[in-house]
Amino acid sequence: MQVSQVREPLINGEKSYENITSDVMAPVRAKPGKLWFLGFGISALVMLAGFAAIAYTVWFGIGTWGVNRTIGWGWSITNFVWWVGIGHAGTFISAILLLFRQKWRTSINRAAEAMTLFAVMCAGLFPLIHMGRLPLAFFIFPYPNTRELWVNFNSPLLWDVFAITTYLLVSLLFWYMGLIPDLGTIRDRMKTLWKKKAYNFLSFGWKGSARHWQRHESMSLVLAGLAAPLVLSVHTIVSFDFATSVIPGWHTTIFPPYFVSGAVFSGFAMVLTLMIVTRRALNLQEYITVGHVESMNKVIIATGSIVGIAYITELFMAWYSGVEYERYAFINRAMGPYAWAYWIMMTCNVISPQLLWIKKLRRNLTFTFILSIFINIGMWFERFVIVVTSLHRDYLPSSWSMYKPTWVEVAIFLGTFGLFFTLFFLFIRIFPVIALAEVKSVAKSSARKFIRKSSKKSKPENE
Amino acid sequence: MSEENKYWHILEEFEPIKDERLPKGREEVTSPTSRRNFLKVLGLGTASAAFIASCKRPAEKAIPYFIKPEEITPGKAAYYASSYFNQNEFCNVLVKVRDNRPIKLEPNPKSVVTPQGTSGRVQASVLDVYNVNRYQHPQKSGESIDWETADGEIVSQLRQLANEGQPVILLTPTIISPTTKKLIGDFAETFGAEWQQYDAIPMDGFREANQRTFGVNALPEYRFDKADCIVSVGCDFLGTWLSPVEFSGQYAKRRDLFNGDGNLNKHYQIEAGMSLTGSNADVRIRAERSDYGRILAYLYNQLATQKGAPAIDVPTPPQEITTKLDEVVADLAASEGKSLVVCGDNNPDYQVIVNGINQLLGNIENTIQFERTYNHFRGSEKSLETLVNSNPGAVIIWDVNPVYNHPKSEKIKAAIEKAPLSVAISALPDETTELCQYVLPSPGYLECWDDAEYKTGVVSILQPTLHKLFDARQAQESLLAWMGDESSWLDTIKNNWASTYFPQQNEQSDTERFWVETLKKGELVLETTPESITFNPDEIGNSLNTINTENQVEGFTIELVENVNIGTGHGPLNPWLQEVPDPVTRIAWDNYASISPAVARQEDIKNGDVIQLGNLTIPAFVQPGQADKTISIAVGYGRVNGIPEKLITGVNAYPLAKVENGSRQFAVPGFTITKTGDFEQMALVQGHQSMEGRPIVRESTYDKWKEDPASGNEMHEEIKHHHTTLYKKHEYKGHKWGMAIDLNKCTGCSACVLACNTENNIPVVGKKEVRRAHEMQWIRIDRYYNGDVENPEVARQPVMCQHCDNAPCENVCPVAATNHSSEGLNQMAYNRCIGTRYCNNNCPYKVRRFNWMDYTGADAIPNNRYDPANLTMDLSRMRHNPDVTVRAKGVIEKCSFCVQRIQEKKLTAKNEGRQLEDGELQPACQQACPSDAIVFGDMNDPNSKVSKMMKDPRNYHLLEELHTLPSVGYLTKIRNKS
Repeated sequence: MQVSQVREPLINGEKSYENITSDVMAPVRAKPGKLWFLGFGISALVMLAGFAAIAYTVWFGIGTWGVNRTIGWGWSITNFVWWVGIGHAGTFISAILLLFRQKWRTSINRAAEAMTLFAVMCAGLFPLIHMGRLPLAFFIFPYPNTRELWVNFNSPLLWDVFAITTYLLVSLLFWYMGLIPDLGTIRDRMKTLWKKKAYNFLSFGWKGSARHWQRHESMSLVLAGLAAPLVLSVHTIVSFDFATSVIPGWHTTIFPPYFVSGAVFSGFAMVLTLMIVTRRALNLQEYITVGHVESMNKVIIATGSIVGIAYITELFMAWYSGVEYERYAFINRAMGPYAWAYWIMMTCNVISPQLLWIKKLRRNLTFTFILSIFINIGMWFERFVIVVTSLHRDYLPSSWSMYKPTWVEVAIFLGTFGLFFTLFFLFIRIFPVIALAEVKSVAKSSARKFIRKSSKKSKPENE
Repeated sequence: MSEENKYWHILEEFEPIKDERLPKGREEVTSPTSRRNFLKVLGLGTASAAFIASCKRPAEKAIPYFIKPEEITPGKAAYYASSYFNQNEFCNVLVKVRDNRPIKLEPNPKSVVTPQGTSGRVQASVLDVYNVNRYQHPQKSGESIDWETADGEIVSQLRQLANEGQPVILLTPTIISPTTKKLIGDFAETFGAEWQQYDAIPMDGFREANQRTFGVNALPEYRFDKADCIVSVGCDFLGTWLSPVEFSGQYAKRRDLFNGDGNLNKHYQIEAGMSLTGSNADVRIRAERSDYGRILAYLYNQLATQKGAPAIDVPTPPQEITTKLDEVVADLAASEGKSLVVCGDNNPDYQVIVNGINQLLGNIENTIQFERTYNHFRGSEKSLETLVNSNPGAVIIWDVNPVYNHPKSEKIKAAIEKAPLSVAISALPDETTELCQYVLPSPGYLECWDDAEYKTGVVSILQPTLHKLFDARQAQESLLAWMGDESSWLDTIKNNWASTYFPQQNEQSDTERFWVETLKKGELVLETTPESITFNPDEIGNSLNTINTENQVEGFTIELVENVNIGTGHGPLNPWLQEVPDPVTRIAWDNYASISPAVARQEDIKNGDVIQLGNLTIPAFVQPGQADKTISIAVGYGRVNGIPEKLITGVNAYPLAKVENGSRQFAVPGFTITKTGDFEQMALVQGHQSMEGRPIVRESTYDKWKEDPASGNEMHEEIKHHHTTLYKKHEYKGHKWGMAIDLNKCTGCSACVLACNTENNIPVVGKKEVRRAHEMQWIRIDRYYNGDVENPEVARQPVMCQHCDNAPCENVCPVAATNHSSEGLNQMAYNRCIGTRYCNNNCPYKVRRFNWMDYTGADAIPNNRYDPANLTMDLSRMRHNPDVTVRAKGVIEKCSFCVQRIQEKKLTAKNEGRQLEDGELQPACQQACPSDAIVFGDMNDPNSKVSKMMKDPRNYHLLEELHTLPSVGYLTKIRNKS
């Protein structure tokens, strides 16, 4: 396939298929280092602390949190929406970019998809534990039962249940589907019998036959087709939790697109945060290049700008609607007791990504890393502003109140980070972080050496 | 019940139940195992396993009545007429009894004194019966003893002291029971005892003033319903003064623009601290407490000049007040004989001038009547002087706590400790009982026989509604026992009634029949003749001269006030009352020093900053409307002795009171404010005071209302036109419940909140949880300030679930735990709720309450109970209304429109084969409202009161622009001001 010479190569260095396999598999085959153990150990400990805090909540009740009669949802739902948002990058990269034939996605889609899965797992925890009666959480599933109970299909919270579980399932399938050929590759290279057997089992006995490949490809495409609308639907439905309500600051039709772009925005930021560290730690700089980072930064500018426009549109609509409650909600956001949260959100999400218009900064890894963290913080505050600031001063001033999280809520939030990183640390040791088969598919066309070769060849023709 | 008189209920109890579950056959298998035996054992084993598996264990607790007591039907409540009396409150009540337990107090509609509603304290008093801290046995120096020993020792000592001629003092609260009075008279005679009555906050100044001006030592009847113009100088007659339940009803009648003749009264309140009454006034004039005397003198002088009576020059109050007072004078003069001037200060000179003003205005015998005078507040300062000064040989203290609530606490303590014999008769431990050698437990009023003559000529009976819970004995029974009288207390009452009241009536001809009939009705109304009064004008001059010589002292004046629910703090510390926020400040569980916003700015004090006032360290609260030089502090807090540690709250402000000229004064000048630098977060329920210009409480003025009854409510019609929908309108066949609340009648007294607590088993969450906005009350009374921060107007609004027909909460619940009934109720299925709190977030009224923790003990998880007030113990759980589920941790709850009452009344009507009558069915809040501000009924019945009110031009729905279509309507507030 011809690739324009102006295009930046997707793989740097002189890489043969053999090189790619051994580079990517290195972490899977090698014994983990001290740093890995340290990272894994800390993550696991934080995760356990989070689980302890969850147990404490279930035992003593939601009263151990800072939420109250006015603000029924605090950090829990903020974290839920945030984590779901984080998850979006993975599916966006693997499904939408696949459909748009963006080859650069091949280096990052595996890790991004894994991140999606873990983020959705973290996210899914919150709607469960924020329930007053967790042991009865199964009430929300519509299944025939002797209690003659049925769910309320009018409730966006029920839509959430479907949206999140579907998303989790499809993401898992998609991710695993992509893993199968790579697992086969790993199996072939494993020397220990039990590892061989294990990977053989995990790869479903992948043989790499043409028939397998054909099925694999078409299945991937089908799943990509299924997952692509999910990217849009999941956060749309999450936004319905707010948009269908009557609370000023929630009740707005702009929420679905605003939430989706915000989700992709925060997701890419999280992918950047992780990948900038991972490529260094696992020595994958040649596969995840500065060019990849730049491409992702471009997505960030685009989605960040959409988010910025959404914020301004919200403000405009609040004024234009002439509804006094709506107006007050936005004045209160910008100038009320939680104004600091609003301005953190504005700075991190609207102003800081605009710096990426400068190419030098876009290609600067340190800057990108710092910026990605800013965006993560900013997006968390966006959800905090929406959930808490809207609720704390709604219709009747007599019920206005303030909210402050307790240590339990903080511990649970940190615990989800623990869970996320524990899984991520396990992931990089067990599975290839880069989709081997897919990278190989672009190696012949978009790797540095091929681009150079083809450009040499094509030069005379052009002249 | 003691072991030896344990009666058996059923035969089985007499003969122990034989355990037939274990087959005896097993013992026969002793021979070595043979095939036959093996088969036998196998067969037997299988059979017995099947037998055991199929047999249920005999139920041990649910033993049905062998012979059912006549009065008790399981699941059906019985009602007994009785009465509540404490300090300044009296109510004829019906006690609702379920399965031998009193669980609720309801107003007695046949009552002459209090036919409508009760106070919050009455509602909460049912909890006092089940107080776990009650004394359970007689005690001597802290050791339990039996009654015989106690009686023997006390009587022999009393006799000895009587022989030695040492004074024996019996200290009681004001006794309004005619039979008890006679009994005490007999007792005093037998033992040479001196009987003294003591009130925590006395009104002896009023009695003295009436003696001086009218020649009678009496508290007259005040008729607020007859007054077109009410001028109250620091008198909280709707909250705490003299007879607030009665006055609230009278006042509300004149605020009623729906039923009444449209003749609204005009209410001026001149006061220093913002009282409940002041917050309801049409015109509130902010004045310093130290100026009350001069204000009264000014009013008198102005009126006197107009009427040609002699006026005496007294320094006038500040200019900005006198201009307003001139308006007051003009209004008073315009409504002669139909006005009422009252003052809440116990200073006799002030009261003399008040009497003078009312005399000038011709109000005596019109709005002030001496026919059925009040019999309470008989206590005087002399009672304690005797105790302190006479070196008594014996002190018998019955149900009063002067060690806590008298400023000379130390002297009283010394006198009690010095006395060779000290006896306390009390249900609960307190500061005073702990000093006494003997403590004799007395039962609560719901366990007692008694009678009461609150107003002259209206005599009520109190009857027990449950068996005495502990080894307690009524004080009267003790007195009888000590006098060696063998007759029972009930017989004594009956005999007294037969001899005193039976001859005064002619309805019944048989004494027993007379007794039973009166008992059923709860009260007896006798003919009375008005006290003859003669006005003595000289006294006015004397009092004006006294006021003339009043010194103005530098510094802040502290006024001690009563909180509407806590009152004087007399009696048990009731967690329900503590948890209801003060209707003015909206603070629960605490007292505080109210300071004016100007002073707060000047001294840089914020809410909760702890300040030092004399010896008192107390958090400050910035109260809009507070006079700059006056600091108001509620008494009744800071009880320590005999209170479980977790319930100790607030600061005791009684020691600040002063005894001057033989009377206790509750306004004390000469204080400075010192900041301590400490901070105490108060349990403030409402943090935001302004309506932010939103049409939440809609109001208008009387003049505008007369022109257009919809004034202030113009937007209602406009919004109605916007109520369009694509869906078909839901038809409610049968009943459709609705509620209308007249904001012009609601005073904010919070009786509804307490009634709701009692009826619906609402948990108490404690100070810490209230601070975290975790309070559970289903109905709240929002209070908003409006206008000038120095003296704002106040608007109130009771808010409970609005039972929206288009409820935002219903469609968001994922499990359909909250849904709409066919009668328009928004109902909660607690068992279905999983606690997502989405409904709560989406409720624009924020009326839903979540069980944040295991407040009730109903949770399945062990060892996680959060019980800040000992209300989940077995004894205190007896208060529960069995018709209402006790909610577990993690579920949402909210107002149900008392659905249990709806069901009960519907069933009754159905059984009797008739339609429900309008007004027959009252939710707890409506029933308890002394102002009749809440009306509940069927909106499908066009003739029901509620449907008529909903059609009134003043009616609107809260946040109706949201198209939630609430079933609760509010009638606009109409202020009588220009």
